[in-house]
Amino acid sequence: MTKAILINYEYCTGCHSCEVACKKELDLPKGEFGIKVEEVGPFQFTTRPGLEGTWEWTYMPVITQACDLCADRTAEGKMPMCVQHCQAWCMYYGEAEDLVKKMDGKTRWSLITVKE
Amino acid sequence: MDYQEFLDSIDRKAYHEGEWRWQEGDLTVTRTNHWSPPGCHNGCGVLLSVDKDGKLVHIEGDPLAPFNGGKLCMRCLDMVEAVNHPDRLKYPLKRAGERGENKWERITWDEAYDIIVEKVNWIKETHGSHTIIFDHGTGRNIGWQLPLFASTALETPNVCNFGFTGFACYLPRMIGASAKMGEMTIIDVSETHEMRYAADTFRRPDVIMVWGNEPLKANADGFLGHWIVECMQMGSKIISIDPRLTWLGSRAEYFLQVRPGTDAALGIAMLNTIINEDLVDHDFIDKWGYGYEQLVESVQGKDADWAAEICGLDADDIRGAARLYATAESASIQWGLAFEQQLSALGVTAAACDLMGVTGNIDNPGGNLLIKCAFDIEKRYGLGDFKIPREEYAGKMTLSAGIESSDIVACAATDPLLHAVETGDPFQPQMLWIESANPLACSGMDAPRMYEAMNKIPFIVVADPFMTPTAVAHADIVLPVAMSCERNAVRTWWTPARSISKCTSYYEAKSDEQIILDLGKRLKPENWPWKDDKELSTWYLCDQYAEGGTRYEGDFEELQARGGYKYDPWDAEYYKYEKGMCRPDGQPGFDTATGRFEFWSWGYNHWGVDPMPYHIEPKDSPVSTPEKFKEYPFIATSGGRSCEFFHSEHRQLETMREFHPYPLVTIHPEAAAEYGIEDGDWVWIESTHGRCRQKAFLFPGIKKDTIHMEHAWWYPEEEAAEPSLFGVFDSNINNMTLNFETGQGGIGSGIKSFLARIYKYEPGDQMPGEKVTREGGWGDYIVGVMAGDAESAAQAAEGNAKLMKQLEDAKRVQAMKVEDADMQGRNALIYAKEHGEAAE
Repeated sequence: MTKAILINYEYCTGCHSCEVACKKELDLPKGEFGIKVEEVGPFQFTTRPGLEGTWEWTYMPVITQACDLCADRTAEGKMPMCVQHCQAWCMYYGEAEDLVKKMDGKTRWSLITVKE
Repeated sequence: MDYQEFLDSIDRKAYHEGEWRWQEGDLTVTRTNHWSPPGCHNGCGVLLSVDKDGKLVHIEGDPLAPFNGGKLCMRCLDMVEAVNHPDRLKYPLKRAGERGENKWERITWDEAYDIIVEKVNWIKETHGSHTIIFDHGTGRNIGWQLPLFASTALETPNVCNFGFTGFACYLPRMIGASAKMGEMTIIDVSETHEMRYAADTFRRPDVIMVWGNEPLKANADGFLGHWIVECMQMGSKIISIDPRLTWLGSRAEYFLQVRPGTDAALGIAMLNTIINEDLVDHDFIDKWGYGYEQLVESVQGKDADWAAEICGLDADDIRGAARLYATAESASIQWGLAFEQQLSALGVTAAACDLMGVTGNIDNPGGNLLIKCAFDIEKRYGLGDFKIPREEYAGKMTLSAGIESSDIVACAATDPLLHAVETGDPFQPQMLWIESANPLACSGMDAPRMYEAMNKIPFIVVADPFMTPTAVAHADIVLPVAMSCERNAVRTWWTPARSISKCTSYYEAKSDEQIILDLGKRLKPENWPWKDDKELSTWYLCDQYAEGGTRYEGDFEELQARGGYKYDPWDAEYYKYEKGMCRPDGQPGFDTATGRFEFWSWGYNHWGVDPMPYHIEPKDSPVSTPEKFKEYPFIATSGGRSCEFFHSEHRQLETMREFHPYPLVTIHPEAAAEYGIEDGDWVWIESTHGRCRQKAFLFPGIKKDTIHMEHAWWYPEEEAAEPSLFGVFDSNINNMTLNFETGQGGIGSGIKSFLARIYKYEPGDQMPGEKVTREGGWGDYIVGVMAGDAESAAQAAEGNAKLMKQLEDAKRVQAMKVEDADMQGRNALIYAKEHGEAAE
């Protein structure tokens, strides 16, 4: 049984809510993060067939070693801070084997686990 | 996104469903809503944890609040830092040195109140209460409280956003929509239903046209932008109309990168396509429309090719976007602030309303809803203004109104007040009360001119949680205002009605409610019968002097105990105009003068505004001033929002500045290269009117001839005293914006499109703070002349017919102004129909 976070990163808007929710929960100082949103783009594809002129602008949250998936909160039945506050509604918390069933090829998914 | 699955997944016990306050170990947790300070436009459900010493130590979103579903933006998540910030004002202060020296003496609340009461009473007796200007801004929970205080305690009708020319924030869209369809309108993304996306009657929009705003960052007008992202996950398609690429634009079917200030032409062309290709909803138009034939006629010749040239777009994209919008089963228009920060403000508003009307996307699931504030609690702006003595009400400055029998809007107009301050004509303002506003940093167009003007006002009070640049420069008394978690209050902005519960306090800071109650009782006790903030809130929810009152039943404590929110079933109903729910007489139809959706608007006509959608070329543009464009080769737009800040707020917070340390001017990489500018360089942005300094942000999603600047920057970490004033002028785009430049009817401003040039900052360059406070600014305006810059003033002097007419109209309207403060909205439109002449 492995707990995980599933991200529908097609819809991550880079709003920083997960980053701040986590920083405050873990009381991390300036420059340190438990989860950090990385950015790709924006750029326009020029040669890739079917994508010419299409914008790529993708955000992807990256989880650091500081993350314990909010063990204290989840033990009480609460959601991890990042998942609870994700404004784009693109993060899920649960058992990895359950979450993987959501990965249906209709959007861009990423399943993240941490060291226990 | 499966909303029902989300609801089913919440551990309701863990989040204490059914309780509004409980203990978790040493912490007391309160289920309530956040709404300001610090400001925003929403009011999300939050869970606040306070320790045994009464200190706020934790905040999280409330997953059981349907409004936000537990989600919060980064600013709310940083609330503990904001509330406990060492820079917060702890005590009332009295100025000890000269204005601008930042020298203060701590006083008690009683001393502050005594000084204010003595001064106000003296002004009332000697100059009249109309010589008090009341300035408030947007986004804090003060929209009914402060007008009530101004009207029934200070007894002044001159309540406005001082310095903010042309009512250029939301108000034009509100009055435009009200004139054409009798209500305000918002897009349907399920926010009127307590069951939200899982509500039986809701259907997500097929298409959302996001126009003139970046809702994911702005969250404006009671609308949480990310609701759109939820709908996208359910299949909604996006049309993005914006000079800048946004995240939504990058995922849009059509990204129309419109030239700033030309949106109305685009709207007219989309109407042309939809009408001439017969994509309209004939059934809606026949049954419910008025004046459709005039609309058809007015858009002829203004096709996609015509607009493509004006707007800098591809004509096929305009046609394609129009077809996508018109042929969708349900489509909506999420409009934004850019609508009124252009001279065509009411013209583009009319075009957008007409797009909704011709396609029948009115009050349908997934379309544009007819909306009221929950339970009809907030009926109109200007609560209590009927109590202002009539002779004082006659001193209300409404220059901008193009209407003779009633005011176009309830608040006073800033331009004639600025003129009065500069000249003493028709009176010399004696006092300025500023609460929840920071005009030097944010809302004051032509900030250097506002700075000079405010120094001419003898007595100024500023109430705010922090010492602001405006307070340092001008205040004689500063009052510390409590934050959201320190107040008992209620609010509505659409639905649900919400309560805010006091959880803690901070030194001697008092809530807006407490300050107005304390002073109201001292200044005009007969108008202030309420025992406390809770009783005042209950009166607001249920009564407000009402014959008929509001539709709310209950009181503050009841609302608080419900978890702080209550949805209004009226707002959740669709097709209300078919069901007799909109008109006071209970008949089917719209609450307009004709009872119909007015493509040709009586209200517009009555205001002296073109009743058909119209486009006005920006005053300062490659088209209007091509010679100037050679020297100032960028179209400068501004005001795009950031996640980290609400207008001039949040600049003190280390966490927000970690993500966003400096103001950014967005430049296309190729344009920047031409000027040797690299990402992160300090750059001057300069117009003929002034200049400011921001850091270059190179971004390919903006056109090469366009730049975008951030607004409302100041630096709390810098020196407070003049000439710095927390660096408020150094990065201030309002060094370049103008007062006295408005669109038709005195509505709208041109501040989102003017010409500028850019060049690198060099060490040793004179900073604007010194230029403004020590050398009188750049001098490109004439004190006392009702024109924005020297060039306009010269044109006026040479007999520029248009400007002269504007001034004459203004004086005429001023002389004939309404005496009945209630003569607004529907009554004004009925009057319009009875007395107006259709300009056909």
